[in-house]
Amino acid sequence: MTSVPAAGDPFARSWWPRVGLLALAVYVVYACAQMDISAERVETGLENAGHFFGRLFPPNFARWELLLKGLGESLQIAVLASTLGIALALPLGLMAARNLMPAWVSWPARAVVVVARSLHPVIVAILFVKAVGFGALAGVLALMVASVGFIGKLFTEAIEEISLKQVEAVRATGAPFFSMLAYGVLPQVFSRFIGFATYQLDSNLRNSTMVGIVGAGGIGGTLFAAFQRFDYDFVCAILIAIISLIMLGELFATGVRAIFIGNATLADLFRRGAVQRRDRLVEDE
Amino acid sequence: MTGATAAAGSDRAWHRFTAAQRVARFMVYLVIVAAIVTAVQTIEIIPEFLADAPEQVADLLGRMWPIDWAAYPVDVHSALIETIHIASLGTLLALVLALPVGILAAHNLVPSTPLNLLAKLVLVSSRSVNSLVWALLFVGIFGPGALAGTLAIAFRSIGFVGKLVGEALEEAQPGPVEALVAAGAPWRSILAFGYWPQVKPAFWSIALFRWDINVRESAVLGLVGAGGIGMALDAALNLFQWPKVALILAAILAIVVVAEVVVTQVRKRVL
Repeated sequence: MTSVPAAGDPFARSWWPRVGLLALAVYVVYACAQMDISAERVETGLENAGHFFGRLFPPNFARWELLLKGLGESLQIAVLASTLGIALALPLGLMAARNLMPAWVSWPARAVVVVARSLHPVIVAILFVKAVGFGALAGVLALMVASVGFIGKLFTEAIEEISLKQVEAVRATGAPFFSMLAYGVLPQVFSRFIGFATYQLDSNLRNSTMVGIVGAGGIGGTLFAAFQRFDYDFVCAILIAIISLIMLGELFATGVRAIFIGNATLADLFRRGAVQRRDRLVEDE
Repeated sequence: MTGATAAAGSDRAWHRFTAAQRVARFMVYLVIVAAIVTAVQTIEIIPEFLADAPEQVADLLGRMWPIDWAAYPVDVHSALIETIHIASLGTLLALVLALPVGILAAHNLVPSTPLNLLAKLVLVSSRSVNSLVWALLFVGIFGPGALAGTLAIAFRSIGFVGKLVGEALEEAQPGPVEALVAAGAPWRSILAFGYWPQVKPAFWSIALFRWDINVRESAVLGLVGAGGIGMALDAALNLFQWPKVALILAAILAIVVVAEVVVTQVRKRVL
């Protein structure tokens, strides 16, 4: 982070990297001392680890009904939060776009989006649990806020990058505002919108399996309870189930992107290599 | 693109998509609508709770005001510093661990498909497990505290950093590498002088980006006992100390903003 050697003679050994490395080493030692991280603690931990992993396996699927119920609730939370979040984010994102809207509309909309983005979904979930009680509703509301923040920001950026020529052409025909949006703006941002909507669905699915830890519904609550009861083989089963659900969600998202962005047909989806896995730079936070 | 037409005498109907493409799109719409309808019908939401949500939120905000600034030097400050340590140490550890995995995942460096796949499997499994779950596992192994948090952050970040580093390596120009190979350079020199200068900007930019994300993530790890400001938040919540909760939320918000500003500034100046 600190060490970047100066350009110039390509074989010169700059002393910046060394100073940076030394500073980094000093920081690591200092931070470890501050947080009581020591070799012996790691050692005792590693001894525990064998015991711990021994109890994790084999996974115990005996309570599969509880597991399925939790997964189902997570799925419901993800679907509803994505729907509501996207429905709210679209008008907000449009209002925040500075190339289409006057400043007195765009600034408040931007402020809402920034606030929605600023807190981690799990923290927002805690607040909603306190406000509306335990259960799926809190999870839906928390992930909805996160979706508004993410989609709102990206949608605004996408709209701000469009070509205004098409908008002007539609305007020149005397089209009303909503026709201008429908024929001048939306076609230009549609494929990017599909990209981040599917990404957000994915991200909501991941987070919907977690918000239960703070009581906001879904499989996370089951996971945390099993963990606190040292029911480790059930924990393992839940983790396997969560990871499979997330991977299924990712497959669905890839399929939707292939259909809407790559114009694939259903048969294409099952053809090897026809669906290029789109690499994603932005990871879930 | 595909423009299928149904030619029937002079009534030619032009369609943007083929019938199969339209079926595919329709299926997606169908699945989405079906999912929303089922979710709405089956989710367990108590309507009274929903109806009185705005009132409850207002009440909660009312209880949080005024913010209890006096508690900051007592225990919030040290927890905040611990959060930053967790994020920074976790990122550093992740960089160290992710480099070899990223190298293994790059096909042009390690031309062995089984090894590439193995590395990719490691990266995917690191990314599919949420950092809170990693934290739970490490709390189970090492006990509550910052050590578990640091490891959770590190293990969650390996997948992210390793994937991007691997991709950066695969995009590297073969020219300098071939020149070094032709000169008979040992593999360490090939890595250090052939690949490293090419991926260095990408590497530092990935590191900064991940550190920014990790500052946000490490703030919640305390909820499962993995140290940092999340533990202070959990304690304040359990004791219903709302003004203190507000203070901690403000502190988290501030640290997230500061991290973002630091990252933007460093990126502008150095990269």
